[in-house]
Amino acid sequence: MMKFIHKTASPPYFYHLSGLWIPWLGMITLLLLMAGLYGGLIYAPTDYQQGESYRIIYIHVPAAWMSLFIYIAMAGAGAIGLIWRIKLAETVAVCSAPIGAGFTLLALVTGSLWGKPMWGAWWVWDARLTAELLLLFLYLGVMSLYVAIPDKRVASRAVALLALVGVVNIPIIHYSVEWWNTLHQGPTVTKFDKPSIDLRMLVPLLIMAVAFKVYYVWSLFLRVRVELLERERNSQWVKELLKQNKESQA
Amino acid sequence: MKKTTLSQVFFALLKRDLLLAFRHRAELFNPLLFFVLVVTLFPLGTGADTKLLQTMAPGIIWVAALLAAMLSLDTIFRSDFEDGSLELLLLNAHPTSILVLAKVLAHWLITGVPLMIIAPLLALFLGLDQDLIGLLVLTLLLGTPVLSLIGAVAIALTVGLKRGGILLSLLVLPFYVPVLIFATNAIEMAMSGLPVTAQLWILSSFLLLAITLTPWPTAAALKLSLS
Repeated sequence: MMKFIHKTASPPYFYHLSGLWIPWLGMITLLLLMAGLYGGLIYAPTDYQQGESYRIIYIHVPAAWMSLFIYIAMAGAGAIGLIWRIKLAETVAVCSAPIGAGFTLLALVTGSLWGKPMWGAWWVWDARLTAELLLLFLYLGVMSLYVAIPDKRVASRAVALLALVGVVNIPIIHYSVEWWNTLHQGPTVTKFDKPSIDLRMLVPLLIMAVAFKVYYVWSLFLRVRVELLERERNSQWVKELLKQNKESQA
Repeated sequence: MKKTTLSQVFFALLKRDLLLAFRHRAELFNPLLFFVLVVTLFPLGTGADTKLLQTMAPGIIWVAALLAAMLSLDTIFRSDFEDGSLELLLLNAHPTSILVLAKVLAHWLITGVPLMIIAPLLALFLGLDQDLIGLLVLTLLLGTPVLSLIGAVAIALTVGLKRGGILLSLLVLPFYVPVLIFATNAIEMAMSGLPVTAQLWILSSFLLLAITLTPWPTAAALKLSLS
């Protein structure tokens, strides 16, 4: 088992494997996005209370889920990198941060676009909004720490450590902000016994959530490949790859 | 050769840091002055309306304390890093996490305790009810050690960097939010005559969590910064 993990996690092997996966992942993302957007924007019925403007949840809610999911994934990869010293895991942790920050920003922007017609304000100091904003700051902290440390091996381990400290703190920050003030509507999807959402609305939402997840893996692979090439530029496999590339172009 | 026990090393380190701070008395007052200055700026910025200042007093004092604590974080490891004694600390046979705790305790005694002493005076400036001053000091007593403990992790991560200032605020301030929320909330609740034991228990639990959990990442981050 460990042998398999070490083999898959070795940079040249991963580079080769991810190269095969990337076109498929891109295609699946595109198909799911098209299906989800069609379902969300056209097929799903209009909400009796919020009208058409509720349809922004098809971007907003999956983005908000992803913002938390990616932080946990980042911390998990960071922990694996710190404990077993796997280079690939460190790279995954580092490359997840900008994607997560992007989703967090997307959730904030779509939320405020929705908030203007619904609450009459672009921004309110509501618990979930504030927690999401703090999450964005956590991501930015991780990214700027990585940029600030010149030695990239040390930097990625520092980032992993910070992400781990953050992951312990996120629930504390989340609940203290929740307790502080709340105006956001309660969760409607996670009540599994009797979802208070129409199935025709729910299915496109779940499709969008899966689409965003696949997109994350896809863009993560693209980023990790570039990062690996840059870090391993002096190693044999990268030199061979470059040579092959030159030959095929000639 | 006689072996030194962990507690001997702990107290020697504590004594050394306190002595160093005492010999640089001028630096000791800098965070304190900053604290007073920031609090003084608020009435100038918002207008000297007594009612407004009174309701904002806990927030103003706590935000100023937060910033003062953050600015003083640099002193925990910076000079030790520059003169190399930090490396000796890590080479010590005793667990680094406990020794780190001694340094953080010294930092809190140097910066947190003076804040607690000066805060009642500032609370009077802002017109906070006199009965609430004891509670304000109590929240500072429970909250400021947490600030030092969490800050130690961030400063340990950035100690090797030339310009860590802005980065430090980005790393540290999101983690300070829960302390700020519960400390100011306790005082606001007390203002409207509600019981505050829940907030105080939560602040105490933050303190216990921070004491038990932060020394490890701090020690690990120091090792990284020196590698």
